[in-house]
Amino acid sequence: MNEFVMIFRNNSTGNDQPPSPEEMQARMKLWQDWMGNIAAQNKLVSSGNRLASEGRVIKSNNVITNGPYVEMKEAIGGYIMVRANSIDEAAELSKGCPILKMGGNVEIRTVIPMN
Amino acid sequence: MQPQELIPHLFKTEYRKIISVLCKLFGIEHIEIAEDIVSDTFLLASETWGQKGLPNNPTAWLYAVSKNKTIDFLKHNKIFNEKITIELKNSSVVSGEIEIDLSEKNINDSQLQMMFAICNPVISVQDQICLSLNILCGFGAEEIADAFLTNKDAIYKRMSRAKDKLRVAKIPIELPGQSEINNRLETVLTTLYLLFSEGYYSSSQNTTLRKDLCLEAMRLNLLLVENAHTNTPESNALLSLMCFHSSRYDARTNENGQLILYEEQDEKLWNRELIQRGEYYLNESAQGKNVSKFHLEATIGWWHTHKEDTHEKWENILQLYNRLLQIEYSPVTALNRTYALAKANSVNEAIVEAEKLQLTNNHFYFALLGELYRSIDKKISKSHFLTALSLAKSVGDKQTIQRKLSQFES
Repeated sequence: MNEFVMIFRNNSTGNDQPPSPEEMQARMKLWQDWMGNIAAQNKLVSSGNRLASEGRVIKSNNVITNGPYVEMKEAIGGYIMVRANSIDEAAELSKGCPILKMGGNVEIRTVIPMN
Repeated sequence: MQPQELIPHLFKTEYRKIISVLCKLFGIEHIEIAEDIVSDTFLLASETWGQKGLPNNPTAWLYAVSKNKTIDFLKHNKIFNEKITIELKNSSVVSGEIEIDLSEKNINDSQLQMMFAICNPVISVQDQICLSLNILCGFGAEEIADAFLTNKDAIYKRMSRAKDKLRVAKIPIELPGQSEINNRLETVLTTLYLLFSEGYYSSSQNTTLRKDLCLEAMRLNLLLVENAHTNTPESNALLSLMCFHSSRYDARTNENGQLILYEEQDEKLWNRELIQRGEYYLNESAQGKNVSKFHLEATIGWWHTHKEDTHEKWENILQLYNRLLQIEYSPVTALNRTYALAKANSVNEAIVEAEKLQLTNNHFYFALLGELYRSIDKKISKSHFLTALSLAKSVGDKQTIQRKLSQFES
């Protein structure tokens, strides 16, 4: 089994209407159920972290700018780590990820093993 | 109590107390001396009482005789005299007389310290359970063998190997320091959890014995909760979990010892007092920042004390299982979680997820699939129950699956 990182990118422009408390609750359930599905297959390595949209970018000339450094809609919103036999199997796990329903996307990268 | 039950009863309640106090006195490396002294004491009791009748206070008699035997041993054993007795004299008493303190407080303290000595990662978890049953609970090798479905010799060997390991590692009989206690307590709690599960889920047909295992796990857990150093949120959460589970103990088997599934239980037989105790310890556990697996399982246990099938109940249970799986995976948790998924979301969604689990050597897996397909496709459902039946090993599990299968005929 190899480990993979699933990186979530939202498709937010930063100007969206904030979701209602009911919508937030419903989204939370979608995430927990989806991660529970992966964990039930013993394929969840880490429930990872959510990342705030605020950030700083430090460039080689030591200039610090407000980030994120890419388009807002490509900003990384969070990540989890999973284990799978292949990257295709990992991609299969990402189906049903709630971010896809919100117009975002999932990027899967193989973790290079240390030994 | 009948007179013929007195010695077994005293053995069960007093053996472990005297052993712990003497072990504490001698150190774990001399555990066999402690065992010999206590065994001799009981042998002498059976002979003396048989001939001369019962003393007024049999427990006090046992304490006095074991004290005398210990002092006698210390006097006559040269090596012991040179190595141990001097240390004991220096540390404990002024008069030069060895003090053997069989007060309730010292018994409880010694048992608690023994618990930490035995539940030590230098021996395997199975060994920890085995020794706990023997030394902390006063179970004989035969009873332990019965609970583990093995033979007496295997248990003797296992216990003697485990004691050797503790001796070589020179495990001290003491409470760990306050900074280390949470770390070490986790091992102790895990062992108690498994001890309880052994009683609750064991395939042994001896129901009295199984209930005893559960009660013993609860008694040891109570010792932890009653001591200020070990009265942690996790200790309370585990005790709460045990209370909720055991509240259904009498409702879950019929007069023939056959298992009655949760949905079919008569909730009037659930023990209200234990449910209330469970709620008390669950409240006590709600402190600090850490949500342990015991907290999550205890809360699931609390929801199951409400028989009524509400969406709120199953949605909460599903979310608790989601979190539990993120802390620690186990096939049983995965299966229970999938059942909750069917109840909270939909059967179709649960089937899709269940088929991804692929626990194909687990009879509960096929029983779950059979259950989920019941309302969707009778033929597939039945074939899953048949697979479950072919994989099930214990008589109880087979009977339960047979009953499920017989529902297809009616």
